[in-house]
Amino acid sequence: MDGVDGMNIRVLRVGLDALLVELDGADEAMAFHAELQRRRAACRLPSVAEVVPAERTVLLDGVADPSALAAELAGWRVPPLRATSEETVTVPVRYDGADVAEVAALWGVAEEDVGRIHSATEFRVAFSGFAPGFGYLTGLPERYRVPRRAVPRPAVPAGAIALAGPYTGAYPRSSPGGWQLIGHTDAVLWDPSREPAALFSPGTRVRFVIEEA
Amino acid sequence: MTVTVINAGLLTTVQDLGRPGHAHLGVPRSGALDQPAHRLANRLVGNPATAATLETTVLGCAVRVDRAVTVAVAGAPCSVRVDGRPAAWAAPVRLPAEALLEVGPATRGVRSYVAFAGGIAAAPVLGSRSTDLLSGLGPAPLTPGEALPLGEPVGPAAGADVVPAPAPPDPLLLPVLFGPRDDWFTARSLAVLTGPGYRVSPTSNRIGLRLDGPPLERAREGELPSEGMVLGAVQVPPDGRPVVFLADHPTTGGYPVIGVIPSSALPAVAQAAPGTPVRFTPRGRR
Repeated sequence: MDGVDGMNIRVLRVGLDALLVELDGADEAMAFHAELQRRRAACRLPSVAEVVPAERTVLLDGVADPSALAAELAGWRVPPLRATSEETVTVPVRYDGADVAEVAALWGVAEEDVGRIHSATEFRVAFSGFAPGFGYLTGLPERYRVPRRAVPRPAVPAGAIALAGPYTGAYPRSSPGGWQLIGHTDAVLWDPSREPAALFSPGTRVRFVIEEA
Repeated sequence: MTVTVINAGLLTTVQDLGRPGHAHLGVPRSGALDQPAHRLANRLVGNPATAATLETTVLGCAVRVDRAVTVAVAGAPCSVRVDGRPAAWAAPVRLPAEALLEVGPATRGVRSYVAFAGGIAAAPVLGSRSTDLLSGLGPAPLTPGEALPLGEPVGPAAGADVVPAPAPPDPLLLPVLFGPRDDWFTARSLAVLTGPGYRVSPTSNRIGLRLDGPPLERAREGELPSEGMVLGAVQVPPDGRPVVFLADHPTTGGYPVIGVIPSSALPAVAQAAPGTPVRFTPRGRR
């Protein structure tokens, strides 16, 4: 595929040995991160200790020669994300979350359609944060964005599948949370003794499948 | 071989060099806050720098060992007692079997490091035995009665002729490289940050050094999309009071980072007691 002409790659210095690469939006950030992963796998990226994608940035931390890398990055041509043969993780979900009715109302659909719509979507882990193994998944069309709950819950159970803004998330362990709960999975999302520890790492494609109660 | 906790003090954790390399999964780097002190304590007992030590907070700790072992205490100066008798600080000390080791309150600074020959052999998580107080990875903070395993000693105790006792940082001088989000703040705020008036807040912890002092004013409203955070980032939450991110910092954050403290200045941060004056000094890049 051709490169994205006019993709703006803005490189900001962070301290002595890190670079924050700012893109125009979430899709561009994911495409840039995918390009970084390709180059890293092919040993065509100078040594970098951490590559941390986020909403519309990618942080490169522990860079040996940040000035040289900053100059190089600004000239990259980054192809758009492709639905390639990357590995897809399939996660069974029971769509029986406490906020299904509220989400159905926000979407303007019947309650049983929430799981149908959600499981028909192909997701991609855009980035992680909040807690080890908590992935922010994108893929739902913009009309299905929902706000966070006005009052966060003190405890969201481990395995909860939830929505907030453009993201779907899955709670690797019980924690406070303000996302709208639509379902639950028994899949182990985070196990530091497993390789890989996180089921959802940035760049992973994810498909949820309906598991009947 | 085990170490039994008799008194955990204010907060005592197991620390090594942390678990860098997993920030993209939301895993903080963690690790000893005063790494030179952690390394020194390990060197004194013949351990590699990767061995796990105990990091105390202000009040020290007390432990009993079941077998003879060499220990060393470095970092914040404090009294060291073996079965009630004074022993050397920052030097290898041979503990007999069943001995009680008392690491006293810090006479200066905040955190002392207690190394045992062979290292604390708690189960590693993602390659590190460090306690991460933000995400709960690694061993929990020490509690009285708890037994920690010790590893096999690997090398002879090194000893040292003279170990200078570090002076406490007063004021704490922090070089700061502005950016990446210094443009979110007024020019006046950049001058305020590098002026007088900041002190170490008692709410500081392993996640961040919190500061009391004049709030910084934003030049723009709105929210910053969450972005990756580095060690030493000076993040400014909505109350305007800067926080310097330390080892257990969150890997991403949505408040703007006005500048970054180079990691070489962070060991001193680990030893800055609440109330210590803080002076940020602008520093350029080469």
